[in-house]
Amino acid sequence: MEAMTRTEIRAIVAQHKWRDALFVALGILALAIGILTFVALFVDMAIDGFGRLSVDFFTNFPSRRAGQAGILSAWVGSVAVMIVTAAFAVPMGVAAGIYLEEYAPKNWITDIIEINVTNLAGVPSIIYGLLAFGLFVYGFGLGQSILTAGLTLGLLILPIVILTTREAIRAIPGMIREAAYALGATRWQTVQHHIIPYSMPGILTGIIIGLSRAIGETAPIITIGALTFIAFLPPSPVSMAAPFLSFEWLMSSFTVMPIQMFNWTSRPDPAFQANAAAAGLVLVIMTLSMNALAIVLRYRLRKKLAW
Amino acid sequence: MNHKGDAMNRAMGISSQAAMAAVLMSGAAMAQTIKIDGSSTVYPVTEAVAEEFQKAKKGTMKVTVGISGTGGGMKKFCRGEIDIANASRPILKSEIADCQKTGINYYELPIAFDALTVVINPKNTFIKSLSVAELKRMWEPSAQGKVATWDQVNPAFPKQPMKLFGAGADSGTFDYFTEAIVGKAKSSRGDYTASEDDNVLVQGVQRDAGAIGYFGYAYYAENKNKLKAVPIVAKEGGVGVEPSEKSVLDGSYQPLSRPIFIYVHAQGYKRPEVREFVDYYLKNGAKLAKEVKYVPLPTQAYIVNAQHLQKGRVGSVFGGVAEVGITIEELMKREAR
Repeated sequence: MEAMTRTEIRAIVAQHKWRDALFVALGILALAIGILTFVALFVDMAIDGFGRLSVDFFTNFPSRRAGQAGILSAWVGSVAVMIVTAAFAVPMGVAAGIYLEEYAPKNWITDIIEINVTNLAGVPSIIYGLLAFGLFVYGFGLGQSILTAGLTLGLLILPIVILTTREAIRAIPGMIREAAYALGATRWQTVQHHIIPYSMPGILTGIIIGLSRAIGETAPIITIGALTFIAFLPPSPVSMAAPFLSFEWLMSSFTVMPIQMFNWTSRPDPAFQANAAAAGLVLVIMTLSMNALAIVLRYRLRKKLAW
Repeated sequence: MNHKGDAMNRAMGISSQAAMAAVLMSGAAMAQTIKIDGSSTVYPVTEAVAEEFQKAKKGTMKVTVGISGTGGGMKKFCRGEIDIANASRPILKSEIADCQKTGINYYELPIAFDALTVVINPKNTFIKSLSVAELKRMWEPSAQGKVATWDQVNPAFPKQPMKLFGAGADSGTFDYFTEAIVGKAKSSRGDYTASEDDNVLVQGVQRDAGAIGYFGYAYYAENKNKLKAVPIVAKEGGVGVEPSEKSVLDGSYQPLSRPIFIYVHAQGYKRPEVREFVDYYLKNGAKLAKEVKYVPLPTQAYIVNAQHLQKGRVGSVFGGVAEVGITIEELMKREAR
């Protein structure tokens, strides 16, 4: 065999090194495009909207005068809708995820359900809007209410919650279950004492990521017909007089942050564009802080696990 | 870890309770809300009235104003889902039939005038005015794919590409413009940039020197520095008239000045909050319409409206026929009958 000369080997090594460097450059470029796009959007929005951020902006109702317009009904609406969304999607999604992972027999029916749940996560949000328009608005007669919007967005994030719940559960080592069964625990005892607590960090992350997607959704909410001028708040859930608790707010008309933005961007008066940018800034900050909360929660809860 | 399971049970309990309570209370919650929906052209006026009304009532009454186009609003109105419909054209025959089917009577109240404005890019220097015939040549269905340069509209114009921007098919503005220019409602070429969002049209015309578009006067008024309004020649040989409050009031801006309406559910008008809102609308509509760049009707018109409400005169004076070029004077005569 003919030995390669030293220079030949050097050339090959240099070529591989060059390719390595090329990939690093490509990777950094790809990453930079993603990050720079976000930074550019955020900075642009911040420049346009920052001047409008004040206490009044949060405590004023929308108005035809750009300078007086605020997002009070929008952010209260967003919070109210998110509460309904969470109340619906969390128990449903977590229960479904646990069932599929821990209880469901492994057969073709389960396979079909699994494929469908995965596909559901990729269905465009406007399809959920159309479904909700027919089912909730007219079928159940719920109208364009907070309840309708909450249920619609709940359906939208249900697959996300189911999938993350399952992934979180799958990360639990099998021996934990075996140990529990070995001690005579029933399946529910195992789930209740071990599976749920251990998978909690992952489940919570999934819930919050689902909610932070839902809070920015516009299409399904517009489809149910909620592109509306609203200058009032839903009725208070608590009252001084008996029965103290009221669910009237669920049936109230509402507006949410992305809809308020959409409304402002379609205004003739250019001063409203600044309002839209400011509302966008608030929305992005809301989403970022929800994601941050997810990270903190996951970190905290993981630290508590000891196995 | 029991408490976590409990929390979940509690959450489930609350949500099912909530659903039940909601069903029980749905009737009560609606009681004081006045629901309005419809045209995006009428929206700014109604929104201004709703804002001031709610301030005046200190939050005891709620008004929602939606945007789903004149056609969309009318559909909801005739299904009895809303109390008031905003409309940028009179009610159509098919809509009258829909309302009859559900037994809904309505008051037709003209509340202001709008000047549909044809705009071009400020860089465009060759257009001094356009006649209805020229507009028809560029917008009629047979122009689709054929009329693409300005010299095809008028040989005096340069051979420069033409770009069209207009209202989407769900809007009353589209219905009115096609009726007034082409001669048949909803009859238009399809190969133009259509949007319900007038800002899209403003930006489109602003970017392209050969562009032309149309929308309500308010959008032009707010963007006068970016766009140029085209004076319209109603009849061959006449003079071009620019859209303005004056030319709408004296009836010379033809055929693109149009009345805008609210339709009030007659049975709903018996509810005190709807009655108060409509009365407030008629009392303050003129001032607020002017503020949001519409042409208010003469005071007499609002008085006639109030009389109709008092006498309970329901129905439309237009008989479901789309008409163009109605002057304020004519409208007043008809309404007074």
